[in-house]
Amino acid sequence: MTEQNNLKGYIHSLESFGSVDGPGVRYIIFMSGCAMRCQFCHNPDTWNMQSGTQYTADELLKQAVKYRSYWGSKGGITVSGGEPLLQIDFLTELFQKAKAEGIHTTLDTSGNPFTRDEPFFSKFQELMKYTDLVLLDIKHMDEKEHEVLTGCTNRNILDLAVCLSDMGKPVWIRHVLVPGRSDNDEYLRKLDTFIGTLKNVEKVEVLPYHTLGVFKWKELGMTYPLEGVEPPSQERIKNAEELLHVHGGGRQPEASE
Amino acid sequence: MVQYEQWEGFRGRLWKDDINVRDFIQNNYTPYDGDESFLEDPTEATDKLWGKLQELQKEERAKGGVLDMETEIVSSLTAYGPGYIDEEMKDLEAVVGLQTDKPLKRAFMPYGGIKMAEQACTTYGYQPSEKLHEIFTKYHKTHNQGIFDIYTPEMKKARHNKIITGLPDTYGRGRIVGDYRRVALYGIDRLIEQKMVDYNETERHGMKGTDFRLREEVADQLKALKDMKEMAAVYGFDISRPAKDAKEAAQWLYFGYLAAIKTQNGAAMSVGRISTFLDIYIQRDMEKGVLTEAKAQELIDHMVMKFRMVKFARVPSYNELFSGDPVWATLEVAGLGQDGRSMVTKNDYRFLHTLENMGPSPEPNLTVLYSSRLPEAFKNYVSHISITTSSIQYENDDVMRPVWGDDYSICCCVSATQTGKEIQFFGARANLAKCLLYAINGGVDVKTREQVAPAYKPVTTDYLDYDDVMDKYDKMMDWLSKLYVDTLNMIHYMHDKYYYEAAEMALIDTDVRRTFATGIAGFSHVVDSLSAVKYAKVKVIRDETGMAVDYETEGDFPRYGNDDDRADDIAIWLLKTFMGKLKKCHTYRNSEPTTSILTITSNVVYGKATGSMPDGRKAGEPLAPGANPSYGAEKNGLLASLNSVAKLPYEEALDGISNTQTINPGALGNDDAERIENLTRVLDGYFEQGAHHLNVNVFGKEKLIDAMEHPEKEEYANFTIRVSGYAVKFIDLTREQQMDVISRTCHADM
Repeated sequence: MTEQNNLKGYIHSLESFGSVDGPGVRYIIFMSGCAMRCQFCHNPDTWNMQSGTQYTADELLKQAVKYRSYWGSKGGITVSGGEPLLQIDFLTELFQKAKAEGIHTTLDTSGNPFTRDEPFFSKFQELMKYTDLVLLDIKHMDEKEHEVLTGCTNRNILDLAVCLSDMGKPVWIRHVLVPGRSDNDEYLRKLDTFIGTLKNVEKVEVLPYHTLGVFKWKELGMTYPLEGVEPPSQERIKNAEELLHVHGGGRQPEASE
Repeated sequence: MVQYEQWEGFRGRLWKDDINVRDFIQNNYTPYDGDESFLEDPTEATDKLWGKLQELQKEERAKGGVLDMETEIVSSLTAYGPGYIDEEMKDLEAVVGLQTDKPLKRAFMPYGGIKMAEQACTTYGYQPSEKLHEIFTKYHKTHNQGIFDIYTPEMKKARHNKIITGLPDTYGRGRIVGDYRRVALYGIDRLIEQKMVDYNETERHGMKGTDFRLREEVADQLKALKDMKEMAAVYGFDISRPAKDAKEAAQWLYFGYLAAIKTQNGAAMSVGRISTFLDIYIQRDMEKGVLTEAKAQELIDHMVMKFRMVKFARVPSYNELFSGDPVWATLEVAGLGQDGRSMVTKNDYRFLHTLENMGPSPEPNLTVLYSSRLPEAFKNYVSHISITTSSIQYENDDVMRPVWGDDYSICCCVSATQTGKEIQFFGARANLAKCLLYAINGGVDVKTREQVAPAYKPVTTDYLDYDDVMDKYDKMMDWLSKLYVDTLNMIHYMHDKYYYEAAEMALIDTDVRRTFATGIAGFSHVVDSLSAVKYAKVKVIRDETGMAVDYETEGDFPRYGNDDDRADDIAIWLLKTFMGKLKKCHTYRNSEPTTSILTITSNVVYGKATGSMPDGRKAGEPLAPGANPSYGAEKNGLLASLNSVAKLPYEEALDGISNTQTINPGALGNDDAERIENLTRVLDGYFEQGAHHLNVNVFGKEKLIDAMEHPEKEEYANFTIRVSGYAVKFIDLTREQQMDVISRTCHADM
């Protein structure tokens, strides 16, 4: 892919010490741009595609490998966002070069840009060659609720989950737990059932909704849609973790309903 | 070859002929690479004694920080009869011996300076003795008096303006670690025998002043050794002979340390590298079947309890510098031997486990001599202890071992010395941030308006020019380095003369190596300021007299703490340049100059005396502690910050490069197992790059704020945090310092 050497990605920010976005200690690259408008988004400042700083893949890797001594055998780089798949060409170049250096690569995605249409699908298959792990957010199982919560359909997202399962690509499913929006038992059971149909899920993570990004909405002059919603209680978090079998053990076999 | 019956079962021979504890350890210790599952809970005796001690600590806090104080008796090895934590429970104490006759009672130590000793009394409502006042003003001179007799006017002015600061001219210099293990291994009589040989060897033809001094010092050491025997006899022990088992070894060793803290009130009174040594005795007893793990843990718990009780009477100005009543009873675990074997023993686990058995504590200042090659199980255990107690610090054995060998001790907060072979002349610090302002203002202090440094040409332009500033700063550092070293030379001359550490030196080789430990304050602010001048535009704001009082910086500039070579190279330059200037100075007793980048909690006091800087730090604001990047400068997260500090070459700052980081538990991982593993990776990654030191705190800002608002809550009674080079109970800090800790970057990943 030498012809792509000058391709630049829009990068929102970089974090040298990531420990909760993939296995081990990781260098996190937050890319700019996202088409979803999640009400609970804690990084609305990453929505704008053209914001941020432009880097080539080589420049980013040069930064990332400075932290290699901290990665041990598990760590590596995670590309998050924003939505990284919006810059799939750049991402593919980055991961290909990272893999050439023997670096573990993780993609943290909402799945929103996914489609089986061309030219995206071929590009996606190419990307997956260089991706060790996918962190996939499933924000809601119910399509309508999903639209309310994010402004987008969840059909292609669930399809991505199936696609990754068919490919046998290791996946961590992540679910943001928003009280009153995405934490009712029925929905969580449905999600659990869906996860049960997938063959590639290594881990399920419940991410409790938090309000640490609210100030960013205000700084951007936007009204915060979840004003007044408090973070979930420990009890509700535990409940969700149990229903989603976060700590392993006894996942329900495929749905009987 | 001498052969004591107490040595039965011990291997090796060099250490039997000569005083050589290192050789004994290397020949006899048992490396342990298993996990912590063998550890035992506290015994009933431990719970009872620790319960009593906690009551006393509570009472002490309620009384404003001092439980009791001596006013009539000058502290010495033989000044008191026996003292116990509780008279009724004295049989429960596996290790005995107090500084005075009562627990937590502070001794009267006038040799450093009678004025300070008396002020310490009056501060806490005690009336100093008139008789002792007369003796130490009329008939006996003190260290402090000696220094002020010879200080030059320039030195007094520099001291008063706090460009050189925290100087040990009013209290003991500390940082001398006796090899307390010698008392256990050899017994006092063998040590006296050796010192007699040394004494006789000092006789030579055409003797002169330095020879007389040495003979007198060894004579003092011999007296101290004899007094140590008397001190131990008061508690019913005969330490003239070697210790016969683990219990005696711990007791004998502690008596050696007790001798130090009865006679010296040094800023740092470290215990040293005793863990692996004691393990040999414990292991031998266990193999004989005369000691159980529970009893072994009890022995270590009780010994540590004693280290938690060390107290000195201090004055308020001292407490401002070194907040939270620290004594730096620094004690090391782990490290590797020169032969590559891990020196981790079960006893290293036991010492760390005291933080679980008796809760978190700032003392002893537990220090892990770290290497990524330590056993994985041990590394994970120390990470676990950090995460649950925030009470321990890490120092890179891989950079220290090549310099100091494999039997060094940490003699204060972070500085290494070869145990029993070396001492350090402690030199506090020079404020290099202030020095930069002197360079800009032609030697006039912006706060006091005094002409402190020579009246070199000030900066006269509206904007700071990099070459101009560098040229002036270089000259000003020349002046400062000379004055600083001259001042320290005087201090150490007088300390040797009036407050000689006979007891500690008696447990160190007579032919001792000395280092001369200077220090740097304001490091990150100088780096960022010079970076601002180089990469942005810095406008000088002058007052009506034309003095530069503030700066306006236009444009962005790289800051130290982001793994950006543009700023980090300035940091390296600054360290090398100042160290280079120090090396050119003559140092007392042919000591070898070293420097450190550490500030303890004194960064707050130093900051108060320092004007606004070109990096944006305003007048009076605290300086960043130690080698830490400045507040708010770190923009790329924890590891970028660590990488910047890791670039500072240890060989240029052999006295230590202190770095303190606070990590939010949530940013370290989702569960305990992840947190432990990730912290271990952080430590591996940092130290593999050659970094020297790291304090690790794991808690959120919310906890600090709550503890500040509600110090009375039970859960905060022992809430310990690491600050630059040591640990303190958070509630013992002044409010100002609490605010400073809170405002520092807390690495939370959001």
